Amino acid sequence: MSQTTSTGAKSGAKHGAAEAAERWLHMYYQMLQIRFFEDQVNDLYRTARMPGLAHLYSGEEAVAVGVCAALRRDDYITSTHRGHGHCLAKGARVDRMFAELLGKESGYCKGKGGSMHIADQDTGNLGANAIVGGSAGIATGAAFSSRWRKSDQVTVCFFGEGALGQGMLYEVMNMASLWKLPIIYVCENNLYNEYTHFSETTAGNLAERAKAFAIPAEEIDGQDARAVFAAAERMVARARTGEGPSFMVANTYRYHGHHVGDISRSYYRPPEEEGFWKTQRDPIELLGDWLVSEQVADTDQLADLRQKAKSDVEAGVQFGLSAPFPAESEVTQDVYA
Amino acid sequence: MRTITYRDALREAIAEEMRRNDRVYIMGEDIAGYGGTYAVTKGLFEEFGEKRVKDTPLAEEIIIGTAIGSAIGGLRPIAELMTMNFSLLASDLIINSAAKFRYMFGGQPSIPMVIRMPGGGGAQRGAQHSQMLESMFAHIPGLKLVMPATPYDAKGMLKSAIRDEDPILFVEHELLYSVKGEVPDEGEEYTVPLNRGIVRREGKDVTLVTFSRMMHICLQAAEELAKEGIEAEVIDLRSIRPIDLDLVLESLRKTNRVVVAEEGWKYYGTGQGIAALIYEHGFDWLDAPIGHVTGKDVPMPYSKSLEQLALPARNDVIAAVKAIVPQPAGAR
Repeated sequence: MSQTTSTGAKSGAKHGAAEAAERWLHMYYQMLQIRFFEDQVNDLYRTARMPGLAHLYSGEEAVAVGVCAALRRDDYITSTHRGHGHCLAKGARVDRMFAELLGKESGYCKGKGGSMHIADQDTGNLGANAIVGGSAGIATGAAFSSRWRKSDQVTVCFFGEGALGQGMLYEVMNMASLWKLPIIYVCENNLYNEYTHFSETTAGNLAERAKAFAIPAEEIDGQDARAVFAAAERMVARARTGEGPSFMVANTYRYHGHHVGDISRSYYRPPEEEGFWKTQRDPIELLGDWLVSEQVADTDQLADLRQKAKSDVEAGVQFGLSAPFPAESEVTQDVYA
Repeated sequence: MRTITYRDALREAIAEEMRRNDRVYIMGEDIAGYGGTYAVTKGLFEEFGEKRVKDTPLAEEIIIGTAIGSAIGGLRPIAELMTMNFSLLASDLIINSAAKFRYMFGGQPSIPMVIRMPGGGGAQRGAQHSQMLESMFAHIPGLKLVMPATPYDAKGMLKSAIRDEDPILFVEHELLYSVKGEVPDEGEEYTVPLNRGIVRREGKDVTLVTFSRMMHICLQAAEELAKEGIEAEVIDLRSIRPIDLDLVLESLRKTNRVVVAEEGWKYYGTGQGIAALIYEHGFDWLDAPIGHVTGKDVPMPYSKSLEQLALPARNDVIAAVKAIVPQPAGAR
């Protein structure tokens, strides 16, 4: 099943007008793909065809897509429990993603990982970790390995603002700065630690925390894919040339609940707030409007991309639904080498 | 053959594997210039330099997290934790990531990582520095856990562990570092497998199943028992996960009696796990209930006299054997 519109995102170094246009359109397509993917996941859950511990990335698409557009295929990422967007942005296929979420043999992890545990080493995705902040050390170790091997690979460690409560993050940032490791810590601040506003759990300024370790930090509008991409490019360049780690705070918003079953949310956040972000700050709409106003694309082209993303995702979910479950013998496979 | 210490055997294993494979590196707290809290890594920094002998901040999560990530990234890390007690700080990474990634991610990736750390008491380090916590990790599928008792095994098993593709917990003992034993001459290549126990002493009356430092205490107890006409067979498990159960059952079929002896605590621990396996697979050969020698069910006390009371000793082993072995004719 084909699902990529172009290879424009394979290098963040392209700056010609045509190449830039190709990249923006690819990013637009990827964001749509993630949005439709998550809509399908929500639907699978509501119709009881999928178990419930899925955490949707809708609303946050510009962060994963903007960052991964600045990465090469052989660069590494680590992901989180809210990781579908990271996987797709790094190049995972929607059909094998659905197969994994539905527990099928053809899933990325043979159906043994599920929504919160997808790894795809072929695209540099070292894996999603469902322990909050659990990837911080592993991502730092991956960056350590590329520097050790004299490779110029860069590692991106995605985590939510809730992970700022975990001590390990600060331990490894200290070391990454000391050892000038090629890593970018990307904090996706979607405002809520599960069901609690981050301001109730997090003291001080988020970006200042990195600066204490002499790590340059930038706070970015995480709904603006182009701004995310531009910051990621700066940080990737710094990492690739051996200057060390960076820290990005991407301010964004989670459209759905903490997980698909979190439906009644008004006790912890007002519907008006959700409405504001969805109507005024939607990352896909923002990029689409810009593409049209800058005449990078017309509305027909964008509608075509929307239709293509939608049908690719629908084909992917059908693939996942009809795919076979793992053989019984798989239950004891791959515990050890 | 020559006689060297357990500490030197470990150092030789690390150095030989680092010379053999340039992807092998070691990191930990105070292991470079200082040479390690127990002097295991002394001299390695001078030979291999700071790229391959790395001091870390005092943060166990860094050591284990970096080890896992760099192993996925193609390196072969040896992570030294100053003591097993500190592994608790990194236990999330060991249990939730290192042990699970291969299975959870459908066969990707390999994590060829060795975590070296001493456990156990006896040196008056107090309650937080004297624990034998292997059972917590041996419980976890996806991990391997070995506890060599002799310099020969320390070297041979560490070399095997460094070459292995799975995450391995390599549990040493503070009171074993200065123990001497025969080891093949330098340059004489050998390894010891990670899944085989060994019979240290043959006997027909009872089987002592043990590991790590407790193995030496069992050997002493067996010598005492022999003077009274009781011949104990001593099995050094060497590996806790996987366990060489066949070797234990083979011995049981000969002796029909078993005492499991360990330094750790009694309840829900390694020894009870071993005893349960023996009951499950060897019940028909047992002529008596399985004896169990353990440390006292208390946090380790500091005071020397109390610590000695809390640790299992030769006489505890002898008493446990006599409780299930009929007294030889002529013995009192």
